[in-house]
Amino acid sequence: MPRPFTPKVVTANDLLEGDVIYFTAENSWTRTLSEAELITDEAIAPLRLLEAEKHNLVIVGAYLADAKEGPNGPEPTHFREEFRRTGPSNYSHGKQEAEADV
Amino acid sequence: MYKYNAFDTAFLAERNAQFRGQVERRIDGSLTEEEFRPLRLMNGLYLQLHAYMLRVAIPYGTLNPDQMRTLALLAQKWDKGYGHFTTRQNIQYNWPKLKDVPDMLDALGSVGLHAIQTSGNTIRNVTSDHFAGAAADEIKDPRPIAELIRQWSTDHPEFQFLGRKFKIAITGSPNDRAVTKAHDVGLRMIERDGVAGFEVIVGGGLGRTPMIGKVLRDFLPQEDLLPYLEAVLAVYNILGRRDNKYKARIKITVQENGIDTYREMVEEQFIQRRAEFDGTDQELLKEIETHFAAPDFRDGSTEGYDAAYGSDPVFRAWVDTNLAEHRKDDHAIVTISIKAHGQTPGDATAEQMNLMADLAEQYAYGELRISHEQNVILPHVHKSDLPAIHAALKEAGLATANVGLISDIIACPGMDYCALATARSIPVAQEIASRFDELKLEHEVGELKIKISGCINACGHHHVGHIGILGLDRAGVENYQITLGGDGTETAAVGTRTGPGFAYDEIIPAVERIIKAYLEVRETADETFLETYRRVGMAPFKAALYPDSEKKVA
Repeated sequence: MPRPFTPKVVTANDLLEGDVIYFTAENSWTRTLSEAELITDEAIAPLRLLEAEKHNLVIVGAYLADAKEGPNGPEPTHFREEFRRTGPSNYSHGKQEAEADV
Repeated sequence: MYKYNAFDTAFLAERNAQFRGQVERRIDGSLTEEEFRPLRLMNGLYLQLHAYMLRVAIPYGTLNPDQMRTLALLAQKWDKGYGHFTTRQNIQYNWPKLKDVPDMLDALGSVGLHAIQTSGNTIRNVTSDHFAGAAADEIKDPRPIAELIRQWSTDHPEFQFLGRKFKIAITGSPNDRAVTKAHDVGLRMIERDGVAGFEVIVGGGLGRTPMIGKVLRDFLPQEDLLPYLEAVLAVYNILGRRDNKYKARIKITVQENGIDTYREMVEEQFIQRRAEFDGTDQELLKEIETHFAAPDFRDGSTEGYDAAYGSDPVFRAWVDTNLAEHRKDDHAIVTISIKAHGQTPGDATAEQMNLMADLAEQYAYGELRISHEQNVILPHVHKSDLPAIHAALKEAGLATANVGLISDIIACPGMDYCALATARSIPVAQEIASRFDELKLEHEVGELKIKISGCINACGHHHVGHIGILGLDRAGVENYQITLGGDGTETAAVGTRTGPGFAYDEIIPAVERIIKAYLEVRETADETFLETYRRVGMAPFKAALYPDSEKKVA
């Protein structure tokens, strides 16, 4: 039996800022994971990654990351992606800092 | 201290201008990321988890006050107000923006600093004893040789595309503070029949396959160093594996081919290489040596110091832990701890860097050193200046008296920053330090080196920690393996795994149990953790770590 497909999001880093970004269903980029497109169809995932890679002039290193459906949109399933969407644990820098500014 | 000549300055300016052009071409789309990546890595620019990271070399750990102030300026102007001193005498900036990096490199260039070959499969920053030029046990200051190697290895056309990265360390003291036995090449300065030379050690390394280096040549005359190094690297370039990244380091090449074969091939190469050297390098070395002349040490009474030592217990505790013996009796080597309890090991703010630069200028003959143990050193201080230095450090949160103790932890950035990491290491270091500060056990435990890596690549040198901690990803959860008995000095040894790993919330209590066991089994208060471990072995620590499995066996 093949393993069931784990839903994915396309994520990358912004070329100029270097920060974590996610690909949306509208083919744009967001800095908020919950606004990303959750890809649930295994056949679609590589196509969405290819679509995202068309933006290679403004992004770096796009890849498919495991995610799951949450009440407000996609959520990480692995702690690495949890850190990427939050920021480091020793300072309130990265995305948590941006949130604190709001 | 080495001062750039017109050639050095022009070389660096040209290189920085080239990189500025490369960044512009990446942004306007003329370069793809595949094309740009090797170019940015050659200039020390990584892309990490949350941002770019710029790694700046601090060659052989030596800085002058203006250079330190420039490191502070970078932190303030283009980063988040701090820099991270690494485990190989570099400083890392965790938040630069791509467009700002050329300006950062120009600012560094103006004080003779760069980020060249701090990444990539090249000869990396040459590291050295952080007490070089000051230590009481030193035979000779290794830094002129290190500078010679820096100049020779920078942009060396033959060694820009090695099979893997290549790290060289050099020490001029019999007490090895530069971890030479865990480097691709380690050089120990020795003298034989009045002739200066080196013991050449090869094939040491940590990472996935930790190995203690082997002696390749027991005595190499000083003037043969560069042709011999070229021979070592040329053989590695030919023989080293390129089919498997994990088998590509020279330690594997030496292991697979045998040290004797490797030696024979090097000696053969060496004859050819030596013929190509005409003595220019030795002329250059003589010139470099003049830059490293010892300062004009001042005389004076140390009465004020003696009085403060007698009357101020806080000062006394700091003196007892953070000072090392200087080659002049009335001077001392001061290690400034960048390990305040609960803070990130190796992180210094711009304000702290500026203060350390000011102190170096005012009291320490304008010299600073950065250690691979992530601390800052004032190598030459007249003892009468120690009370004033301590008072100034205290104001800035830099007077922690913990050098060589349990909270003086080496830790890599781990998964808080590093794209390669499999687990966090910084918070583990922070919590161990806070916990033992709380218990007020630190000074009773005494000399103890804890080293933490957040992945198998071992940037935190966990294999050579008395207690080593390795963070791994076990089925999607952080898990920490412990090793005991590692040693990074002249008696180098790789630590032994205790057994199964511990979850994130179990690792601090596990370390506490190890320490408790040590305090119970040590013979006297003077027997260090490492000495105790070597005497009693793993058993009492295993019993303390895994009480349940002991019961099962019984």
